[in-house]
Amino acid sequence: MFGFILRRLSLLIPTFIGVSLVAFFFIRMLPGDPVLLLAGERGISPERYAELMHRFGFDLPLWQQFIYYFTDLLHGDFGTSISTKKPIFTEFFTLFPATLELSICAVIFAVALGVPAGVIAAVKRNSWFDHSAMATALVGYSMPIFWWALLLIIVFSGMLGWTPVSGRISLMFFFPKVTGFMLIDSFLSGKAGAFQSAASHLILPTIVLGTIPLAVIARQTRSAMLEVLGEDYIRTAKAKGLSPFRVVAVHALRNALIPVITTIGLQVGTLMAGAILTETIFSWPGIGKWMVDSIFRRDYPAVQGGLVLIALIVMAVNLVVDMLYGLVNPKIRHQR
Amino acid sequence: MTAVSASVRPGRLKEFWRYFSENHGAVAGLVLFVALVIVALAAPVFAPFNPDQQFRDALLMPPLTEGSEGLFLLGTDALGRDMLSRLIFGARFSLFIGVVVVSVSLIGGVIIGMFAGFFRGWVDTVIMRIMDIILAFPSLLLALTLVAVLGPGLTNAMIAIAIVAQPHYVRLTRAAVFSERNRDYVTAARVSGAGPFWLMFVTILPNCMAPLIVQAALSFSGAILDAAALGFLGMGAQPPTPEWGTMLAEAREFITRAWWVVTFPGLAILITVLAINLMGDGLRDALDPKLKRS
Repeated sequence: MFGFILRRLSLLIPTFIGVSLVAFFFIRMLPGDPVLLLAGERGISPERYAELMHRFGFDLPLWQQFIYYFTDLLHGDFGTSISTKKPIFTEFFTLFPATLELSICAVIFAVALGVPAGVIAAVKRNSWFDHSAMATALVGYSMPIFWWALLLIIVFSGMLGWTPVSGRISLMFFFPKVTGFMLIDSFLSGKAGAFQSAASHLILPTIVLGTIPLAVIARQTRSAMLEVLGEDYIRTAKAKGLSPFRVVAVHALRNALIPVITTIGLQVGTLMAGAILTETIFSWPGIGKWMVDSIFRRDYPAVQGGLVLIALIVMAVNLVVDMLYGLVNPKIRHQR
Repeated sequence: MTAVSASVRPGRLKEFWRYFSENHGAVAGLVLFVALVIVALAAPVFAPFNPDQQFRDALLMPPLTEGSEGLFLLGTDALGRDMLSRLIFGARFSLFIGVVVVSVSLIGGVIIGMFAGFFRGWVDTVIMRIMDIILAFPSLLLALTLVAVLGPGLTNAMIAIAIVAQPHYVRLTRAAVFSERNRDYVTAARVSGAGPFWLMFVTILPNCMAPLIVQAALSFSGAILDAAALGFLGMGAQPPTPEWGTMLAEAREFITRAWWVVTFPGLAILITVLAINLMGDGLRDALDPKLKRS
């Protein structure tokens, strides 16, 4: 197992170097001079220009610039945002809990509905439930989530007035930030109505972000269950006289969940892509919205740093999923 | 599709159709898709109005409004343009995006994956590490930043989405080549003097097509969704192009006043993507022997 982890980790090093190369050249590919871009429309004197070129190291050869950039990355220095003048690392991790909270809620929503739906669909194969659940899953899987968000806003915020349209909590509430997770912080604050407000702000974004994972998980659970239900050990369990519920819930589901867990892990990239759209529509102050805003503000250091940090998170999660999978499946562990 | 139909014996094509037509959803998807293609190709015939024509006396009219110029079946948008006509012309963009993105990423991915799988060694290592790098970024985010660098617009959006979609083809082709390259028929072809390119693209490739076709269907719908998302974020096709995602972005501010300008473009995206995914499911069942009759 140790060798397996080492092998996976060693694969990550060239990927990380590549990711930072992509982010580095991304800024260099932009049309226009980076210093003039920073100076904006006010213009800049030739002396100041030369000084800035030197300060940012733009007068060095490209490979040297990259080595400096990469060394900075290794020291945790991801650059400074142009618009807020704050270090990108700090800015990213101030906003990250918001995205994490939303993503966790979306995954819980997707698993809580998707796994039972998939199991029932597999057990009652070809029943009306199976057909309608799988048809719904396919619709969910094909859903343009930015439109789905607008529809939910029209119905639940506009027509029914049940849920707020944007933000994480009503502006009425002020309390210290403890964990960065609004649900926990509002609960800890003890203010009446704060938790309810935070929860009601979460509902629509959670549904929107969770829709595609829900569809994927339901389909995956169903096909994994169908495969497992045909195995000999299930027949044995039935023959032993165990209750059908026990056979399904304990013997079958435990084995069927292995591929499903991998699927959930691999949804991280999808979740991040979804977070970009969901956060933009619901004005959710997370990193998805921050990235889009940075792109529109032409805050290129922020975009660059954000790209590297998000890629690092995706890589880390994929590594954990790989390791979990290797842990439960020796076949993968010993593969070269 | 055509590459396979040409190289497959008629018996196998018949067998494919038998499996495919067993799946009613897949057939429904196919019918819907063909209908969409016809509508897109003959858009000027089906559209009641010019998609860019503004009727200044009929701004934000609800569906089924009888205007001075004729019936606005699905209403008009904020500039008085007929929604139905814009949606019909929009089908052209979505299908065009799908075709271009799938062809570019499929051809590029197959060639790269073929080299990786056939030559192995350092060629394979370098190629796969580059693909890992692309896959480390969430696809929409990478496409979004690429478009930011290249400049917003439909062409750049398609380039970005094709780059992002490519690694999947590379991986599939490489895996298929790995399992095929030591088979007897490949050795036989090599012994009889076939060069590496002949071996790669004439001998091996036709036997790796099944997973590639399924992936092509999946990324066709993915490309349409991503292009619409880019359009929605203002980074794809630019107004006044009647692209569905761009139309949604323009409609956002009228969300509480005019439900139809928001509802119909999204519905068009959903129906198109759904039709392609239905077809994709049918293709997978029919082409993937492992999943057959599961």
